[in-house]
Amino acid sequence: MTQTAPVMRDPGEDGRFGDFGGRFVPEALIPACEELHDAFRDAWTDDAFREEFHHVLREFGGRPTPITYLARLSESLGVRVYAKREDLAHTGSHKINNVVGQTLLTRRMGKTRVIAETGAGQHGVATATAAARLGLDCTVYMGELDTQRQALNVFRMELLGAKVVPVTSGSRTLKDAVNEAMREWVTCVDDTHYCLGSVMGPHPFPWMVREFQSIIGHEASRQMAELGVGTPDVVVACVGGGSNAAGIFAGFADSTAELVGVEAAGGAAISGGQPGVLHGMKSMLLQSESGQIEEAESISAGLDYPGIGPEHAHLAAIGRARYVGMADEPVIEALQLLSSSEGIIPALESAHAVAWIAREAGREIPSGSTVLLNLSGRGDKDVAQVRDILKGRS
Amino acid sequence: MNSLERHLRERRDAGQSSFVPYLMAGMVPDWRDHLEALVAAGAAAVEVGVPFSDPILDGVVIQRAALASLEAGTTPEGVFAELARRPLGVPVIVMTYFNIFHHLGMERSASLLHDAGVSGVIIPDLTLEEAGPWREAVTGRDIDTVLLVAPSSPEARVEKIARAAQGFVYAASRMAVTGQAEDTGDAGAVVDRVRRHSDLPVFVGIGISTPEQARHAYSIADGAIVGSALVDRVLRGMSALETEAFARDFVL
Ligand SMILES: Cc1ncc(COP(=O)(O)O)c(C=O)c1O
Repeated sequence: MTQTAPVMRDPGEDGRFGDFGGRFVPEALIPACEELHDAFRDAWTDDAFREEFHHVLREFGGRPTPITYLARLSESLGVRVYAKREDLAHTGSHKINNVVGQTLLTRRMGKTRVIAETGAGQHGVATATAAARLGLDCTVYMGELDTQRQALNVFRMELLGAKVVPVTSGSRTLKDAVNEAMREWVTCVDDTHYCLGSVMGPHPFPWMVREFQSIIGHEASRQMAELGVGTPDVVVACVGGGSNAAGIFAGFADSTAELVGVEAAGGAAISGGQPGVLHGMKSMLLQSESGQIEEAESISAGLDYPGIGPEHAHLAAIGRARYVGMADEPVIEALQLLSSSEGIIPALESAHAVAWIAREAGREIPSGSTVLLNLSGRGDKDVAQVRDILKGRS
Repeated sequence: MNSLERHLRERRDAGQSSFVPYLMAGMVPDWRDHLEALVAAGAAAVEVGVPFSDPILDGVVIQRAALASLEAGTTPEGVFAELARRPLGVPVIVMTYFNIFHHLGMERSASLLHDAGVSGVIIPDLTLEEAGPWREAVTGRDIDTVLLVAPSSPEARVEKIARAAQGFVYAASRMAVTGQAEDTGDAGAVVDRVRRHSDLPVFVGIGISTPEQARHAYSIADGAIVGSALVDRVLRGMSALETEAFARDFVL
């Protein structure tokens, strides 16, 4: 076999994934992005840094997460479904992988403080957690609407010693929390690292976050081999910004597995968006006729984002991965299905991926196929919301 | 050399300081009258904002103006058509975020700007490294793409920016988004750094909000850009006549 370049490769100095990516930020932030780029490149080739990253994820983060064969679901769908259990990682989702990496890097750069944006609060809680562990000062920007919808997560962050700042501009959700964190970063780049929560933003974030999250895919690929299953036919993950998807895809992009990202139908940047520039990156974005960014709409706050990471836009453009939208209704059903048939309550975000498998088994996923599902997070944070939705119906 | 740069160099060489006020297009129904008032007061050029939903280099005041403008139905093409209707008599510099031009198409944006008589653009999220295709699109259309230098820009970078700069160099006075600041921050150091590498006119912006601060900017640089202080008052109901009086204090 001839050796070909890896599909998910190093995007180089300018951070390009085909036509997408780059660095579209105010001049004031360019030096910080360059510093981060150099620091990450240096750290990622340093065995000691990698060893510490893996060590912290083992003894603090709960890795490796297991792979669970979903026997009853598989039986009923006629396809063999394996779940990579990121819901079992510390803080209940894959977000911990990224924040452990970024906080170690923060310390390595000699910075003492992190800021972060959060939607539902998962990335905010994870950042506050990792910051507490290293004694870093932590401030989290959260849309005012989200602070109300996710009041418990606000309290969690505060317990962890973080300060939560409600963002009152724009739509008062995730998109605006990112804007505000970037504005704030301009004023404090000297001592503060912006701990971005997904594979988005200006270079090097999309690449760096993918690298930190790729531990999911590398573990899974090894585990699937150990299980004697080998390369799955399909790898499926939900996509907000796309970090859990990028993480698991990274382990299979160079294999024969089909890669499928499931976006919220109301935030489907690939199928419903156009190329554009937002939050420091060129990618696919939901936009109005005159180029204003539109608000995403989904029951799952973590997928409520009008864009998608640039590498996903590239993987879609070259046909290596495909991205589908999933409406709210089947997501609720999928959450119930996984809970009652497997004893796993998934996050609403992850339930999007489950819903796609449930819908396409025997159709786009031929019967008898092997499917690897990235179960990005647990559903504890969502049960009150789901209860209210179900109650509202009866 | 394009006409904006020629105009600003001539002013500089004649010892004239340049007051460059900023207003957001469409933020109030009579925004055009306010622009004319600013010209009547002695503005050397005017900066006209085209609203974008996600202005990451703007503080609360200009965010509010953008929101008001978008709610009033302002579109980029509408703004350009409005600017094309009647020349203001001073150079017009459009400031907006890159997605607006990217979405319209760079060629089409360049041609609309040209037809509107716009002679410069400031795109705060389009820095030197990413500006290539845009600068190609405006080449030959008498439009300068203004670049910023920030307090955080290291010397080697300032040199690169200075070499590529057109029109004037925008010296950001502080590490902050637009707003109304107490003083002119690090402006002196930033201007000095720019001067070491460029003979273009240098204007100080970001936070400049009082006539005293503007005068300080005129003493260390060739001009001052004043946005939030003006936008805030217009949003709170200042009339075009009052705008002219307010602006006069900023003109040397
Ligand atoms: C459990 C879970 N899955 C997925 C996401 C979406 O993010 P990403 O697409 O970056 O994985 C989130 C975001 O909050 C989440 O909490």
